[in-house]
Amino acid sequence: MKYVDEFRDGALARGLAERIAAELRPDRRYSFMEFCGGHTHAISRYGIAELLPEAVRMIHGPGCPVCVLPVGRIDQAIGIALQRGAIVCSYGDTLRVPASDSLSLMKAKARGADIRMVYSAADALKTARANPGREVVFFAIGFETTTPPTALVVQQAAREGLRNFSVLCCHVLTPSAITHILESAEVRQYGTVPIDGFIGPAHVSIVIGSAPYEHFAEEYRKPVVIAGFEPLDVMQACLMLVRQVNASRAAVENQFARAVTRQGNLAAQRAVSDVFELRERFEWRGLGEVPYSALKIRAAYAEFDAERRFDLHYRPVPDHKQCECGAILRGVKKPVDCRLFGTVCTPENPMGSCMVSSEGACAAHYSYGRFRDVREAAA
Amino acid sequence: MGVKKDYVRPLDLRQGRIDMNHGAGGRASMQLIDEIFARAFDNDYLRQGNDGARLPVPPELLEGGQLVMACDGHIVSPLFFPGGDIGCLAVHGTINDVAMMGARPLYLSASFILEEGFALAELARVVDSMAAAARQAGVPVVTGDTKVVEQGKGDGCFIATTGVGVVPRGVKVGGAQARPGDVLIVSGTIGEHGVAVLSQRESLEFDTAIVSDTAALHTLVAGMLGAVPPGALHVLRDPTRGGLGTTLNEIARQSGVGMWIDEASIPVQPQVEAACELLGLDPLYIANEGKLVAAVAPEAAEALLAAMRAHPLGQRAARIGSVVADEHRFVQMQTRFGGRRIVDWLSGEPLPRIC
Repeated sequence: MKYVDEFRDGALARGLAERIAAELRPDRRYSFMEFCGGHTHAISRYGIAELLPEAVRMIHGPGCPVCVLPVGRIDQAIGIALQRGAIVCSYGDTLRVPASDSLSLMKAKARGADIRMVYSAADALKTARANPGREVVFFAIGFETTTPPTALVVQQAAREGLRNFSVLCCHVLTPSAITHILESAEVRQYGTVPIDGFIGPAHVSIVIGSAPYEHFAEEYRKPVVIAGFEPLDVMQACLMLVRQVNASRAAVENQFARAVTRQGNLAAQRAVSDVFELRERFEWRGLGEVPYSALKIRAAYAEFDAERRFDLHYRPVPDHKQCECGAILRGVKKPVDCRLFGTVCTPENPMGSCMVSSEGACAAHYSYGRFRDVREAAA
Repeated sequence: MGVKKDYVRPLDLRQGRIDMNHGAGGRASMQLIDEIFARAFDNDYLRQGNDGARLPVPPELLEGGQLVMACDGHIVSPLFFPGGDIGCLAVHGTINDVAMMGARPLYLSASFILEEGFALAELARVVDSMAAAARQAGVPVVTGDTKVVEQGKGDGCFIATTGVGVVPRGVKVGGAQARPGDVLIVSGTIGEHGVAVLSQRESLEFDTAIVSDTAALHTLVAGMLGAVPPGALHVLRDPTRGGLGTTLNEIARQSGVGMWIDEASIPVQPQVEAACELLGLDPLYIANEGKLVAAVAPEAAEALLAAMRAHPLGQRAARIGSVVADEHRFVQMQTRFGGRRIVDWLSGEPLPRIC
């Protein structure tokens, strides 16, 4: 496949792995957090962890949009569909996420809710046009990557004067989540989590640009390398991070220069700020309440805001007491350290957020990396 | 004046639709059977006109062989897709289930659940395709049934088929027979059926040259069994729903073994790879309808591969890995990128990722 295979070349990967190994300082270890679920997926799917030297540890961050979606929000979507009879349009991997009362969007569908899987926000708008007699709600989730398309359909719906379309906005922001992790007690005070640097998001950065990360580099002295989602991108980003750490530098570097600029996509940013404003606080699954970390629909577009339209009130739902997702997302614990992992919590029956999508730290480890636990147990 | 001769106005195959009368068991049912089913499937057993078929005892049974029976329900949407339709799929699927036991498929039954309002033209098209597939495979449909459900209670047409076959004495092919050291072979490129069907889904429609691989594999299996010493072929399975990844896990679990496969050796058409890339899916979990995976004793692997490649349905057969002893029953893969990972069971339906 052209323009894809070039970034998955095994020979180049071996070369990069050797170079990383050669440049490591023997007296230390290196821990890097890849924020994005897309990177977690690439690391697992291509077996990158096996290629990296033992002294380099990848910590899977909270950038899996499905994983961080709190149960209370899914409950809202299910409620709109089941009790209010609306058509709820959702991205594919949100359908399986477990909610309250042993439900999920998929199980609600089996109980008669009209849930439709869409590939884009525009498909939800199409559904609204095709069903003028019914309320159609787009369950809008994801980071900055999926936010602009949601903004565009809200603008479009306003232009068309669509009366039956609204958006349940659960869009969240990458920089706030990174700040939250850096501010967490384990990272800041105790230093128990040695995060030496970040692999910055690929698609998110196309939209927001590389500038927002400069703050982390300066304020927290953490190097950030923005990387593409292909496996060679990730390997090269690791090498760049190792070099920064060795040189005691903390800068934002852009490995994904073929797509990311410093300013990002200004047209997309304009559409987003036209439609959305900051929420004061938002609950993240696994991280809890994070201030100024999510978006809501501005009053000017109030009629397209499902929360206002259906008069929804948010009710948080706590995770299982023994669930260690929060600690895992901050890099304090590994999936195997959780008592629920692989026993009652599996991809078929996820208890915590990290097991929900293949991009989540626990699901990725369960589905792709469990063989390492066997090896570690034997060692 | 004598009794006037019966006249039955033929079914309107252009405008006509299934109505509740067609399932009521009266004249309308009889006419539907005569003009659509019996006409297409025509054979000596159906002509007996009974509720069941009386079948001769196959010679293998007299020589210590055993009967094999398998059934398969078909609910594909859309009914027609590039490279096939629900009709031929219903024949191939069941023949393959019988063949994967190492058996020679002999007869099929077909049970149709039709939805009120289903166009007779489409029904005729499905049945004709089914009959052509059965004829080409040399496995006749010897008995059948039709029911009609009210509109909204079906998806146009569901077809359940049952197959009967015989496995000769000495052939012990089964999912629990894989042994450490066995070589794993797949009969060709994976993922075409699933991608072909996906490309036609209403919400997804994309242009692709990919056609379903739907095919009956029993002659390929016969060639394979003939090419290796008795007992050397341990496992045969067709990686349908769940794809190759799930099928390998099924075999690993049944046999209590692990597997090591090499991603670079798994044949995938570039168009399938590209479509999966675009949709965020993994070809390892996409359905096939004309492929099989085999576990064979290592010393017989080359002969088996040669026999497979000599058959039109096995030309791109490839050795993809081997069976290993592993109490955890992991299916592990050397990635093309040079890494290593587990190939797990498919969890739920394959759903596209967000970003």
